[in-house]
Amino acid sequence: MRAPADSAAVAGEVLLSVQNVSLSFGGVKAIQNVSFDIRKSEVRAIIGPNGAGKTSMLNVINGFYQPQSGSITFKGVARSNMRPYDAAHGGIARTFQNVALFRGMSALDNIMAGRTLKMRRGFFWQLVRFGPAVAEEVEHRLKVEEIIDFLEIPAIRKVPVGRLPYGLQKRVELGRALAMEPDLLLLDEPMAGMNLEEKEDMSRFIVDVNEHYGTTIALIEHDMGVVMDLSDRVVVLDHGAKIADATPQEVKRDQSVIDAYLGVAH
Amino acid sequence: MDLLYRIFIDPFVQMGAAPDLLVQALWEGFVAGVLYSLIALGFVLIFKASGVFNFAQGIMVVFAALTLVGLYEHGVPAFLALALTILVMLLLAFAVERVVLRPLVNQAEIILFMATFGLTYFLIGLGELIFGGDPKVMISQQLLLPSGSYNIRMLGGFVQLQKIDVAAAIIALLMVTTLAIFFQKTRIGRALRAVADSHRAALSVGISLEQIWVTVWFASGIVALATGIMWGARSNVSFALDIIALKALPVLILGGLTSIPGAIIGGVIIGMGEKLGEFYWGPLFGSGIESWFAYVIALVFLLFRPQGLFGEKIIERV
Amino acid sequence: MLYREAGQFKTSYAADQALFPILQDRVGMLLILAAAYVVVPLAASNFMIDSIIAPVLIFALAAIGLNLLTGYTGLLSLGTGGFMGVGAFACYKLATFFPGINIVVHILLAGFFSAAVGTLFGLPSLRIKGFYLAVATLAAQFFLSWCFIRIPWLYNYNVSASIEVPTRTLFDIPVTGPNATPVTRYLIVLTIVSAMTWVASNLIRGRIGRTWMAVRDMDIAAELIGIKLLRTKLLAFAVSSFYCGVAGAMMVFLWLGNAESESFSINQSFLVLFMVIIGGLGSLLGSFFGAALIWGLPIVLRYAPNMFGLSITTATAEHITFMTLGALIIFFLIVEPNGLARLWQIGKQKLRVWPFPY
Repeated sequence: MRAPADSAAVAGEVLLSVQNVSLSFGGVKAIQNVSFDIRKSEVRAIIGPNGAGKTSMLNVINGFYQPQSGSITFKGVARSNMRPYDAAHGGIARTFQNVALFRGMSALDNIMAGRTLKMRRGFFWQLVRFGPAVAEEVEHRLKVEEIIDFLEIPAIRKVPVGRLPYGLQKRVELGRALAMEPDLLLLDEPMAGMNLEEKEDMSRFIVDVNEHYGTTIALIEHDMGVVMDLSDRVVVLDHGAKIADATPQEVKRDQSVIDAYLGVAH
Repeated sequence: MDLLYRIFIDPFVQMGAAPDLLVQALWEGFVAGVLYSLIALGFVLIFKASGVFNFAQGIMVVFAALTLVGLYEHGVPAFLALALTILVMLLLAFAVERVVLRPLVNQAEIILFMATFGLTYFLIGLGELIFGGDPKVMISQQLLLPSGSYNIRMLGGFVQLQKIDVAAAIIALLMVTTLAIFFQKTRIGRALRAVADSHRAALSVGISLEQIWVTVWFASGIVALATGIMWGARSNVSFALDIIALKALPVLILGGLTSIPGAIIGGVIIGMGEKLGEFYWGPLFGSGIESWFAYVIALVFLLFRPQGLFGEKIIERV
Repeated sequence: MLYREAGQFKTSYAADQALFPILQDRVGMLLILAAAYVVVPLAASNFMIDSIIAPVLIFALAAIGLNLLTGYTGLLSLGTGGFMGVGAFACYKLATFFPGINIVVHILLAGFFSAAVGTLFGLPSLRIKGFYLAVATLAAQFFLSWCFIRIPWLYNYNVSASIEVPTRTLFDIPVTGPNATPVTRYLIVLTIVSAMTWVASNLIRGRIGRTWMAVRDMDIAAELIGIKLLRTKLLAFAVSSFYCGVAGAMMVFLWLGNAESESFSINQSFLVLFMVIIGGLGSLLGSFFGAALIWGLPIVLRYAPNMFGLSITTATAEHITFMTLGALIIFFLIVEPNGLARLWQIGKQKLRVWPFPY
């Protein structure tokens, strides 16, 4: 368990702030007037029963959905109309519940795709590929290989991702997100469908990314053990509204949270 | 300035100046539209029921018409030839299901679409081999289809309605209504819609894909036959018809790929729009704009409403 | 046994990313190029060159163009014929206006006109996807076909609405027009096609190829990693149309010697699409296989019966060709939806482990 004193982040500056965001689809209110913040270099968990609006919240932060009201402030700049491209450009990366990898490409190419924003060489060099373009490919390949080593997947790097087992696919997806060198990493149920060993591996990666690279992490997770162990602070959503916002221990004891969940731990 | 006048003002002035000509153009457009929608109906049937976009619909129209005329030319009486042609279409449905659809079950839609391309070419070759490439005359009299026209005095001039066109419109509307009811109300109709949604899921609830596919391709074949007869009655039966079938695509876009009433409404809109465009704006561009005008109409539509007038909105979830 | 990679270790990432990482492939490619440049002109008959080899190369280039758009970026296009036509007519007008400039320059410049038109008709791809986009490209095809007839300026007001290729020279040797020999024309086609194929492979292996494939596989996720969808799709249209335009210009100037609007009709679009499907979506090599099969098959069907002593009319041969083509397409889609390229890959795999079965 990470003691609060270990993470200097708890009292750190705010990286992303969600202010009074409301989102509805037709008649369905997915998010109702939710506000919370995410501090630099912390691990922020977003939890809640199914249908609470957690994925929708990430989608709003990412720019997929535009909220009907409220705003998101990221790195001090308030944005009410952010598109996914802007989010990526600004330093937000993301993984998905149902792995969103490019099935026609190998694991290596998927992660290389994550480097797209960082690649500068223009069209002409892409056509000819001597010299500068090759040098750039090699430079980014080095970075990607670092990530591949970090995630312990060098053996499968040339395999088309469609053929990989689910757990490895999730790792490749994490790799692609890491390749973007994001300031904020959004993880949507990264442990879903994994066994105990895989969960331990994934937890280790998440902790390493946070401590080693200082990446701020927001994650949606159902496994309470993981949430308690990994996160610095927790936001609890239920039916689109925020019902708690505190450290893991405080949230664990919060009666409204227990009621919402009926206190089930995995 | 003059150009702007010619595009935006003059055509309407012309319309007002000779309203009987306008009605004539609208009627002709309506008829053409009804015929397009018959072709579109064939597409919609198959797509609605199996998720396959049947590119071969056009050639099925030609093939059906050729079979009918070919049988008659060999001495078979008209209505017997009609019955035999229906049988041939049934056999074709069986063959297509067995050879093309069954091996490709559960493949991506684009694969099935491409397979219908192959089917098209195969049927073109087969049709030309059996019947020869010359245009043929449809046996409309023998099938008791009316000929001649109604001449109506109106609006200071008169409008001529070909009786065969009226017959075509009535038959088309009848078909559409019957099929719409069939799909909505019957058990088979529901099964058809299930198959369109997901082959796998339909199989797992016990729906027999083979039966469904044969049924729907046969129904489509009947529609193709009716279309072939109507088209052939107005102009001859030739292989150029399968390019006409491509005209159905803008209709499908307007009406939505899965909507039966959409096929009729879309067809009529395209038909009328195209005729008006050809009559009143055509001279500005030189002739022959009807080869692409319908597509432009459809394209403009697509930009504002990608699913068509009646189609289902495509929702993408992450 | 022959095709083993064992012992070929890559010591740098650059080597790993090379075009032909395996030695046997490199050797094979050199042999093929040598054969193409030396053996064919010496050994092949003019008939073979003019009726089979040259058109296969030209159509392969068009197929590569369509493959970049449909196979790699996932945007189905039925406008290939029209884009080829734009290239042909652009080249014709350029040659008319600037007779002093080298014709090869004109052929390549013509590609840019095609690219511009392609980009324009690619604009709807922001809003429209999949099958509906194909219909938009059909609009382009029909409109362009109409233009080729209705705009007499394009064919220099020629009464027969067709274009005749003027004689142009390269190093004082006629390369276009009635005096150019098939061998000369073939060598130029070969050079242009080889160079452009190499360029295409560079694009595919690099950043742009990855963004195209990302858009094809899941465009929502592609947006997420910072790919600008419209720019990527338009680039695909532009590059694809460039290739088709050059192919069209070559078709008229370096092969047929003339053209009419009918040469660039919807049937042409279907032809190239079949080449891409049968050859293999998303494979440059497949484009060559597809072109060879789709182009070669009718010729074989036309002459095979004669070789077996049967005689059939040309019309019948054509009908049988259609039937065989259609049946082949269905057959391939059932057996190997990924086309000849995939069969080739499987073959190479078998070769690797031969004489063992797996």
